[in-house]
Amino acid sequence: MIDWIQIFSNAAQELISPTTAAYALAALGLAIHFGYTGLLNFGQAGFMALGAYGFAISTLTFGFPVWASVLVGIGASIVFALILGIPTLRLRADYLAIVTIAAAEILRLIFTTNTFDDVTGSASGLQGYKGGLAALNPIPPGTYGFGPFTYNAYDWWIRILGWTVVILAALFTWSIMRSPWGRVIKGIREDEDAVRALGKNVYSYKMQSLILGGAFGTLGGMIFIMPRAVVPANYQTSLTFFIYAILLLGGAATILGPIVGSMIFWVLLSFFSGFMARAVEAGWFPFMTQVQAGQLRFILVGIAIMLLVVFRPQGIFGNKKELSFVR
Amino acid sequence: MESTQSVRPHSRGRWLILLGLLVSALTLSGIAASPAMADEGGTDSQAEEFEYFFSGNVKYNDEPLEGVSISVSGNGYEAETETDENGQWTIGVPEKDAYEVTLDEDTLPEGVIVEDGQSTVDAEFGLTSRKAVNFFLGEGQRVTTDYGAQVLIRVVNGLNFGLLLALAAIGLSLIFGTTGLSNFAHAEMITFGALMMLTFSTTLAFPVWLAILIAVVLAAGLGWTLDAGLWKPLRKRGVGLIPLMIVSIGLSLALRYTFQFFYGGSTRQLPGATLPREISLGPILLSWIDVASMATSVVVLLAVAYFLLRTRIGKATRAVSDNAPLAAASGIDVDRVIRIVWVLGGGLAGLAGILWAYFRPGVSWDMGFQILLLVFAAVTLGGLGTAFGALVGSLIVGLFIEVSTLWLPSDMKYVGALLVLILVLLFRPQGILGRRERIG
Amino acid sequence: MSDNATPTTPVKTTGLHVGDAGPGCKKVDPIIIADGVKRTFGGLTAVDVAHVEIPRGAITALIGPNGAGKTTFFNLLTGFDKPDEGKWEFDGRSLAHVPAYRVARMGLIRTFQLTKALGLLTVLDNMKLGAKGQSGENLFRSVFPFFWRKQEDDIEAKAKEILSRFKLDAKQEDYAASLSGGQRKLLEMARALMSDPTLVMLDEPMAGVNPALTQSLLDHILDLKSQGMTVLFVEHDMHMVRHIADWVIVMAEGKIVAEGDPHEVMRDPAVIDAYLGAHHDTDLGDDDDPETAEHIHALKELIDDEQ
Ligand SMILES: Nc1ncnc2c1ncn2[C@@H]1O[C@H](COP(=O)(O)OP(=O)(O)OP(=O)(O)O)[C@@H](O)[C@H]1O
Ligand SMILES: [Mg+2]
Repeated sequence: MIDWIQIFSNAAQELISPTTAAYALAALGLAIHFGYTGLLNFGQAGFMALGAYGFAISTLTFGFPVWASVLVGIGASIVFALILGIPTLRLRADYLAIVTIAAAEILRLIFTTNTFDDVTGSASGLQGYKGGLAALNPIPPGTYGFGPFTYNAYDWWIRILGWTVVILAALFTWSIMRSPWGRVIKGIREDEDAVRALGKNVYSYKMQSLILGGAFGTLGGMIFIMPRAVVPANYQTSLTFFIYAILLLGGAATILGPIVGSMIFWVLLSFFSGFMARAVEAGWFPFMTQVQAGQLRFILVGIAIMLLVVFRPQGIFGNKKELSFVR
Repeated sequence: MESTQSVRPHSRGRWLILLGLLVSALTLSGIAASPAMADEGGTDSQAEEFEYFFSGNVKYNDEPLEGVSISVSGNGYEAETETDENGQWTIGVPEKDAYEVTLDEDTLPEGVIVEDGQSTVDAEFGLTSRKAVNFFLGEGQRVTTDYGAQVLIRVVNGLNFGLLLALAAIGLSLIFGTTGLSNFAHAEMITFGALMMLTFSTTLAFPVWLAILIAVVLAAGLGWTLDAGLWKPLRKRGVGLIPLMIVSIGLSLALRYTFQFFYGGSTRQLPGATLPREISLGPILLSWIDVASMATSVVVLLAVAYFLLRTRIGKATRAVSDNAPLAAASGIDVDRVIRIVWVLGGGLAGLAGILWAYFRPGVSWDMGFQILLLVFAAVTLGGLGTAFGALVGSLIVGLFIEVSTLWLPSDMKYVGALLVLILVLLFRPQGILGRRERIG
Repeated sequence: MSDNATPTTPVKTTGLHVGDAGPGCKKVDPIIIADGVKRTFGGLTAVDVAHVEIPRGAITALIGPNGAGKTTFFNLLTGFDKPDEGKWEFDGRSLAHVPAYRVARMGLIRTFQLTKALGLLTVLDNMKLGAKGQSGENLFRSVFPFFWRKQEDDIEAKAKEILSRFKLDAKQEDYAASLSGGQRKLLEMARALMSDPTLVMLDEPMAGVNPALTQSLLDHILDLKSQGMTVLFVEHDMHMVRHIADWVIVMAEGKIVAEGDPHEVMRDPAVIDAYLGAHHDTDLGDDDDPETAEHIHALKELIDDEQ
């Protein structure tokens, strides 16, 4: 019989999991890019990879302390944003899309190739970089919590850390988006030539937006590797597409959207996968194997993206009034 | 300049034999500790003396190769071992330092070589005490080739690859030109062609020419269906271009995993994919498949050019690309033109998929997605929306990728092409044959 | 129709030029001087201006048939497009290689032929965006409202004041996307005023605006002049040109073909040539090509008006 309790409790755990926090942060970065500025960044996976590798390599190869490793990751993402932005931010929106998706793939290939195996660990990736962070953990060893939310000290530590970063990032985004800076950014989304004609350096604003959203993606990438190892296969284009799905689910030009979108996305995905796996096991779907059941969720995410864009482009938290004017 | 290099007649048969990292993970957990392993060719008995190990796994076409000799030398130390029945090997070394690891090609089965002449690699330990060393095996004979001939071989391969890219790129470009859509699901139209070919030629055992015909027609049908069932209704709803692009991403994801759902994750071969290379043109060895593939591409591309330049509907297509409202105002049925473009684009993508399956070689569920970025790069290089630009861009991308393997390790060869894309955008943003847009 | 649209006769500025009025003639006090500005698209020469000066403190109209190169010339002057060759300066400072946003900061604000209202911003936000030198537009200061709160209030007051002049104050909380075409034209012009420009360049401010609004738009443009601004505008409506322009520049096929006082310039045979172009030898009476018919209509009106 199906163990419903287990399915529900697994799904509930996703609500506060570090992975959910990481995706929320990356989606918030994408909201700055796409939702507020109108930049089509399809390389968020690349920014996340830079966070992961920047942190892990600094720690493992150079023995940097945690704060310096974080700075290295952010620094790398700023350089990456500059490299992407300089050729493309003057061009049509779709060029940025193609270049960012290509650049993220270049990064992944560089992290995967055997040529730099010493540093990147090539296809098997890196691990063993969590010591510095664990040493900073103020929570005494032990197991805490209730029900499905029972974790050891390290697991609580990374959850607290991850969600603190998410909340700070959300507050920061909220405060800049209601300022005159945010007004320029939204103006650029609507029509950059009009904003340029009003004397704003559109190129510089787009670059700031690209760097800021990219840095959020990078921080997300660091949170992402706290409960697992760094594996280059995690940073494929589909990672970016998943983050788009989250963003569209929550609402592209909102602050809460990416966060709640990430929670809903992961809880539903976990519930669905758990249910399908057990249902197949129990023989409910005799025509399907476990592997096939695992693939169903990707199909579902794809369909969800299509339906959301067409039928609810403003997402859950988007302004309904906007809907009648969406381009 | 003369160097001993291996020709890779089936160079596309880049059997990336991942010696390794996967396996070294396995080795770490099980094999090294397992006493059963120690019996095999003395591999591990020797390894046990040392703290640091090189290890790997020699496979060709997913078959482990036993008895392949591997040697390590450096720092005044030398050791040799052979692969076991699982194709695995481990060699211990005294110091955490750089060594040369060599695979003796003479111990490989007939007709199998290490690609790019990389039978000796430099290996150095990273952070762990175990280091995986990979060799990429391909089909071929050991031949001595001079540098010029190597360039020539890559150029021919590059042309072949570029031509098949062009088939997909022209479709993508026409769709972009007439509808403004950057169709990410084009990758799945490519895969679809190859999968249909697999179904009809291998599974249902139709003759190859008939299977190709059916596959291309079905791929064209997919183009028709997508336009009729999805894109036209969305156009009628007035959905913007960027939302449409995101819809195509969702579609791509859904279709790709649907293919995996039904066809599984493995790679399968089309009939004739492993034909020997028996046509020699100077230093270049080609198989009939290569020749047929290039000939097909050229003929089809010429036909497309004729269609665009000479036929009424082709001219209408170009008019719609140029200025859809104007074309509509002058009596062209824009929806009909777009429908035709989708059918044409689907058919061309399907054919490209079949040729790509022979070029790689192999059919797999994500094969289209693997080259999607290259197709986009080709279209962008040529100038978004210009069909002939797409052709030029494809040839450049194809040639560049193949020729760059002279310097780049083969697992990095796409990096070069994508970098070129970024550089071209820097200096010629409108693409090679593109036009700038008007403002205001 | 022309009578009820002109209740008051605006004061014309005269004596703007030195010597004979003609293509490229010198001005007493030019604000823009362009020299040998040329722009080609492939084989087509869209703009090829040998020399032109725009008089300061006056309303100048740039007229010419469709495709004459007026919008392209606007784009070149404002840094939105780069000419193949040529020099041009604004207020004595060369504008070559100056990016569009810097041109705007120098006090040269333009509007677009196809209105660019920022749809998903409110009308008020559209206006506020127009203000110059906002400290809250810096990313680091934007986080701390006390850096920009006061300036924001001043800008808001000014925006509301201009909006009420343009009769858009009732709409200030609505999305600009909900405005009508004519209201967007008004909004775009109002927004341009937020930065106190010295030269306002309007590309077809009247296109698509209903006759009832036309008069108030005309008054706004005249008002700009009375506040000391210079106006350069593109317009196809000859009544409006004649009514408010102090000076008229005629473009055809990329070149300046005539210049002068609005009443004088219409008599120039070059202008008739420009408008009729290739249709010169067709019978004026029964031409059913709507574009030509429109030109003929405009010309007839002008000629009538002169008599
Ligand atoms: N980006 C461009 N690419 C190619 N041709 C262009 C471009 N921009 C303008 N043109 C051409 O340059 C010529 C001048 O165009 P422009 O828009 O300046 O005319 P205009 O005088 O503003 O006309 P209208 O009164 O209709 O607005 C036209 O023939 C137009 O087709
Ligand atoms: Mg114009």
